[in-house]
Amino acid sequence: MKTVEEIKAAIEAAVPGAGVEIVLNPGASAQHSLRLDHAHALAVAQFLRDDAEFGLDFLSNVSGVDWPDKEITEKVKVTRTVTKSVDGLEQQVEETVEEPRKRFEPGYLEAVYHLFSMTKKHGPVILRLRTANRTDQVDMPSLTPIWRSAEFQEREVFDLYGIVYTGHPDLRRLLMWDGFKDHPMRRDYVEPDDFEYEPTAHDEVLARAAAHKASQPDQEGTVAGS
Amino acid sequence: MTTFAINPDKQQGWNRPPVIAPEGDGDLLEVAMGPHHPSTHGVFRMDVALDGERVVRLKPVFGYLHRNHEKIAEGASYLASMPYTDRLDYFCSLTNNWAYALAVEKLVGQTVPERAEYIRVILAELTRIQNHASAIGFLIQEMGASGTPLMYAFKEREKILDLFESLTGSRMMCNYMRFGGCRVDVSAAWLDGARKVVAGLPQFIDEFENLLSSNEILMARCQGIGILRSELAINAGITGPMLRGSGVNYDIRKVDHYGIYDRFKFRVPLGDHGDIYDRYMVRVLEMRESVHILEQALKEIPGGPIMDPKAKIRGFRPKPGEAYGRIEAPKGELGFYLISDGSPNPYRYRVRPPSLINLTVLEDMCLGSNVADVVLIFGSVDIVLGEVDR
Repeated sequence: MKTVEEIKAAIEAAVPGAGVEIVLNPGASAQHSLRLDHAHALAVAQFLRDDAEFGLDFLSNVSGVDWPDKEITEKVKVTRTVTKSVDGLEQQVEETVEEPRKRFEPGYLEAVYHLFSMTKKHGPVILRLRTANRTDQVDMPSLTPIWRSAEFQEREVFDLYGIVYTGHPDLRRLLMWDGFKDHPMRRDYVEPDDFEYEPTAHDEVLARAAAHKASQPDQEGTVAGS
Repeated sequence: MTTFAINPDKQQGWNRPPVIAPEGDGDLLEVAMGPHHPSTHGVFRMDVALDGERVVRLKPVFGYLHRNHEKIAEGASYLASMPYTDRLDYFCSLTNNWAYALAVEKLVGQTVPERAEYIRVILAELTRIQNHASAIGFLIQEMGASGTPLMYAFKEREKILDLFESLTGSRMMCNYMRFGGCRVDVSAAWLDGARKVVAGLPQFIDEFENLLSSNEILMARCQGIGILRSELAINAGITGPMLRGSGVNYDIRKVDHYGIYDRFKFRVPLGDHGDIYDRYMVRVLEMRESVHILEQALKEIPGGPIMDPKAKIRGFRPKPGEAYGRIEAPKGELGFYLISDGSPNPYRYRVRPPSLINLTVLEDMCLGSNVADVVLIFGSVDIVLGEVDR
């Protein structure tokens, strides 16, 4: 099996203009991956499948990964001039202090494709695609036209992560029901308040029942004891 | 509840229910097979559009058994997910354990002692035999032979489950593998018992085949039905006996040589036509090859530790990185994809379920066949809903 550098060179030679970026895996498995850009993803996938040398005809696994927005607090060294009294005299002194700085790193949704070859019996070659952000630009090209095995798996990623695949023949929710609104595999998913009141004498349960009742004002009835 | 600003107009379109038999499409009849249909092995629905007896469209509907296994595993430590993998494909808990242990061992670069590898092979092949036997039993039940053939299949499965119970304490939820070895050692008496069971298996398979393989009804119902071409099988990511029934020589035991499978002599049975009968035949022949592997493994099993002494159990925190590990489970390629961020819980835990992905081609196999054959074609895929919906 070729190294990721060789695969990258082969892709760039075959698909002009394709942006391929190596994502190194520091772990013990050393399964490095290649990040593709949206515009050339289909062309690259087609090349990898049809090329006689790679022959990656078997798309084994499609997984979504959620990387939420990060707010990183770092300590930055800042040099500034301050007025200090040294030996009773006012003096301008240069001083270096550490200041906390907040940096915002935007999050994204990612889809990881594990490819193998049934004819050549090698693999895995790992492809990654990333969305621009996790709120309004969550689209990404679908690889179902190249590998049929992505059909249900991309539906599952759409369902649980909310990645919208363009070019998918039948993009519907797979596991959650059709009326469901959220995407439960996202890291910041909060379970809905589906508390059911059970008549017990515990104050805690009664307090929860009252809070639940207050959050659902359109329902009839009162909670006993609240 | 968090809301995401995805275009709400489009959302209506994505969540549309599938229109199977739209009006103005002639006299199509829409039938919902399931979720409580005796043939569906659990809670699973097929929305079928029929033109008389002929299937025109078929859309599988999933999710009745969905409990978001992956999300639960992301909130638990690595080891805490091991018993939960038993519940994926509850017929083959030991191969599920092995696939997960293999993925974690890849993630941390853990080695496994030789005796533990042999025990894993023995248990995996016993699991394969009992899974294939009961899969064939269910297939024949769906052909209309209610009860009796299934009990024949369960006769030998019972002996294998007794072996599992005496070793792991549980018949189906075994929770036996650990990262870097196995939980308890096998005793000499257990190995003797296993040898006795394995010695009786060829006779059982002969008896099974004498009753079934040339049975006129089975041949009439299975041959030439539910044909899956090899090109489509490869493109749709079909694995396991279904893929080999279509004539594609791809067995992960032979390709990856995970564990110690390169030490054993066995053949990979292949089908020719890709119909239900070929899938049945591949399963029978795979049982025979598993018996060969078991005979070799039970003869050669060495002494020694069953757990790598360097394996870390407390404070198990893999270094940041990711790994994809896969094995040839009885139903196909079972893979686990793990991303670690250095914490005690996996950052991402993904199961590659063979049962779900093998259903991708269900519609293609059923189109044009009779509605009675849908039940049979579905049965020949061999799925477990615990793994399909996760």
